Amino acid sequence: MATAKAKTTKAKTKAAPVETAILDKSITDIRIDYYPTHEHEGVKFRRGHAMPFGATTVPNGVNFSISSSAATACTLVLFDRGADKPFVEIPFPDEFRVGDVYCMIVFDLDVERLEYGYRMDGPFAPELGHRFDKSVILSDPYARSLGGRDTWLAEPNWDDVYPYRSRLAFEDFDWENDHPLEYPIEDLVIYEMHVRAFTKHENAKVKNGGTFSAIKQKIKYLKELGVNCIELMPIYEYDEWENSKPNPVTGEMLVNFWGYSTVNFFSPKAGYAATGKFGMQVDELKTVIKELHKNGIEVILDVVFNHTAEGDHRGHTISFRGIDNKTYYMLTPEGYYFNFSGTGNTLNCNNPVVRDMVLDCLRYWAADYHIDGFRFDLAAILGRAQDGSPLSNPPLLESLAYDPILAKCKLIAEAWDAGGLYQVGTFPAYGRWAEWNGKYRDTLRKFLKGDEGQIGEMVQRIQGSPDLYYYRGPTASINFITCHDGFTLYDTFAYNEKHNEANAEDNRDGANDNNSWNCGAEGETDDIEINFLRRKQIKNALAILLVSQGVPMILMGDEMGRTKQGNNNTYCHDNELNWLDWSLLKKNQHLFEFTQSLIRFRKAHPVLRSSTHFTHTDYVGSGYQDISFHGTNAWALDGSPGSRSFAFMLDGEHAKQGAIKDDTIYVAMNMYWEGLSFDLPPLSNGRQWHVFVNTDMPEKEAVNTLGKEPRTDSQSHVLVGPRSVMILVGK
Amino acid sequence: MKVNIKTIKDITVIEAEGNIDSRTAGDFEKATVDATQGEDKVIIDLSQVEFLSSAGLRSLLMLYRQVKARNGKIVLVGVSEEIQDVMENTGFINFFTLTELLEDGVKELS
Repeated sequence: MATAKAKTTKAKTKAAPVETAILDKSITDIRIDYYPTHEHEGVKFRRGHAMPFGATTVPNGVNFSISSSAATACTLVLFDRGADKPFVEIPFPDEFRVGDVYCMIVFDLDVERLEYGYRMDGPFAPELGHRFDKSVILSDPYARSLGGRDTWLAEPNWDDVYPYRSRLAFEDFDWENDHPLEYPIEDLVIYEMHVRAFTKHENAKVKNGGTFSAIKQKIKYLKELGVNCIELMPIYEYDEWENSKPNPVTGEMLVNFWGYSTVNFFSPKAGYAATGKFGMQVDELKTVIKELHKNGIEVILDVVFNHTAEGDHRGHTISFRGIDNKTYYMLTPEGYYFNFSGTGNTLNCNNPVVRDMVLDCLRYWAADYHIDGFRFDLAAILGRAQDGSPLSNPPLLESLAYDPILAKCKLIAEAWDAGGLYQVGTFPAYGRWAEWNGKYRDTLRKFLKGDEGQIGEMVQRIQGSPDLYYYRGPTASINFITCHDGFTLYDTFAYNEKHNEANAEDNRDGANDNNSWNCGAEGETDDIEINFLRRKQIKNALAILLVSQGVPMILMGDEMGRTKQGNNNTYCHDNELNWLDWSLLKKNQHLFEFTQSLIRFRKAHPVLRSSTHFTHTDYVGSGYQDISFHGTNAWALDGSPGSRSFAFMLDGEHAKQGAIKDDTIYVAMNMYWEGLSFDLPPLSNGRQWHVFVNTDMPEKEAVNTLGKEPRTDSQSHVLVGPRSVMILVGK
Repeated sequence: MKVNIKTIKDITVIEAEGNIDSRTAGDFEKATVDATQGEDKVIIDLSQVEFLSSAGLRSLLMLYRQVKARNGKIVLVGVSEEIQDVMENTGFINFFTLTELLEDGVKELS
């Protein structure tokens, strides 16, 4: 027998003297539940503890606990690491069951080599919601790590009787004095990245490219750029082989690269760890987080609680479906799967059992991994009732908002789902939740490409969208123009249409409403003017993003002009379409420096980072409103349908509600195709206007050094070039 | 897995041989804890060790914590490149001083 020692364990009779018992280690020896009462095929076990769920080390053994509301019997299945067959299967004696929970302590296990799973017996009656099949060995939903996909895209054993194997993890990581950073959310500059895509390209020039560990080698870069938060696309264990197929044209394997399809919510993706093949992914990920924190960078996880990798009724049974189908999934009255996620099934988030699992999971990541926040994929689903209808007071969202362990975590919703529920501005927030502001993205893109009739909305967007978040403040708005879904920033100005042919779905997949504009030619071009305009548009976008109230989010690589060649849905590509080509950094150094300068500017000016909405009044007696809007004529905003330009001024005396004195900032945005002269609002107290950004200037001249901005030629007006943005500082 | 203990000057040198994993970590810990009782200069020679599992890495860290609690110092000697890579990726390397050769380890502690 490989992992269970068959030696007989005898209860020790010697007890520590009472007066020294507390200090004496042998006190642990007198608990009777540290010794077995039962034996099955040489493996010793006893009644377990119902809580906590999952597999937990206890003195001399491992406590296993799992629940099912409808199973009639449960068997614990134990493997030595990688073995074809289990070394033992122990049926839970009925007296070990507490309510719906099966629990057992098994003794003398080698926890490092142990893999465990369950067989659940019960009815197969889909019309009643039950899909039990005791021939299948099931993963534990609470497993702390998973075996089976230990190395990225290593060919698995397709005939494995147990492909996704639950394992324990060492949970004694030495964090030293690490602590989540708890930055005020309005001070964040978020950088959305994919772990593998970030460093896999050979031009990344790192050791162990594409892994958690490799992120450490790019911390210096992230600090130079100035971002203080990275948002990792899904890192919960998923199967990159899911729905994999060869591209019919190129023969290249298309895989699940993005990872929006969770196999286990408590396990980090082993294939993202350089040490995954040794089962050390937990330590590796924690080491990266500790190192990021040490360098002042928060970590937010993109979490996918809306569905699982088990698909619809035709999908594989991995875990949830075989354990308690009716509990874990939203089912139609006929017993099929509701598909609000667009991926086959919908996690039944507002079932109390599932709700507890989600809460346990997030608590675990916050407490054990020191995660700073979570972004919830298709979060509108988390607010749906068990029959799919939207709830006005969803208990899961409320629980998360008021949970003491999650109290300082950022909670960010992607406030829509694939079932048509769109809640941007109306997501149940409980004073805590922020949202990916999809309207910010859409409005900015339309304005940037010169659409008419955008001024009214733009005025809202740059203020942190008070029209959407009046009661919640600008901190509810995660502002972004690009994210993993859709075009990169470069592609937004290089393509009118999506070009998803490489996805082998006849260009049907991916969004059609990109609000993009190719600046005169579709795709790559040698045209100097078009390329200049594209670069300018990228700068326009970044400039507006980084002076908007709310929380800016930048997509990995946009700061160096990353392209996905017009593909707006690269979920399936493990190649250059997703991998960040670091040679772009040299090619587009000016873009990097521009972004870097804008981030520094944002950090240097608290007036850009208000936690409350503007009042449009002068409440500090500076002679200026906290924010004022202007057109080509000062104090006169032209919001008419044909207008494509406007300006705003933030009064420095009102920074942080008057608590801090900052410079005054004036931003003029002209998306008209000709240059326009903007009259400047006069400054009081002898202050003068200085130019920080003028995107109409070539390359490096588009931005000046922070604090050394030159005075404007005229203090009464500035010429803002065609499709250009200017940022002035009054000081 | 075998452990040899020797002394160079006032330094306790532990030579390990074989793999340190969940099957052997217990023996390794016992041998090293016994040998380093009250000692504040410790070298662990890992040049004959091919693999350290999670449990093995934890044995080293546990020993480090014990020696450090006495304000002692611990040096790892002859750690293979592969093990160094694993230690780097999992953060364990940050706790230790590493030298290639035993004599450098001795110098480090002298």
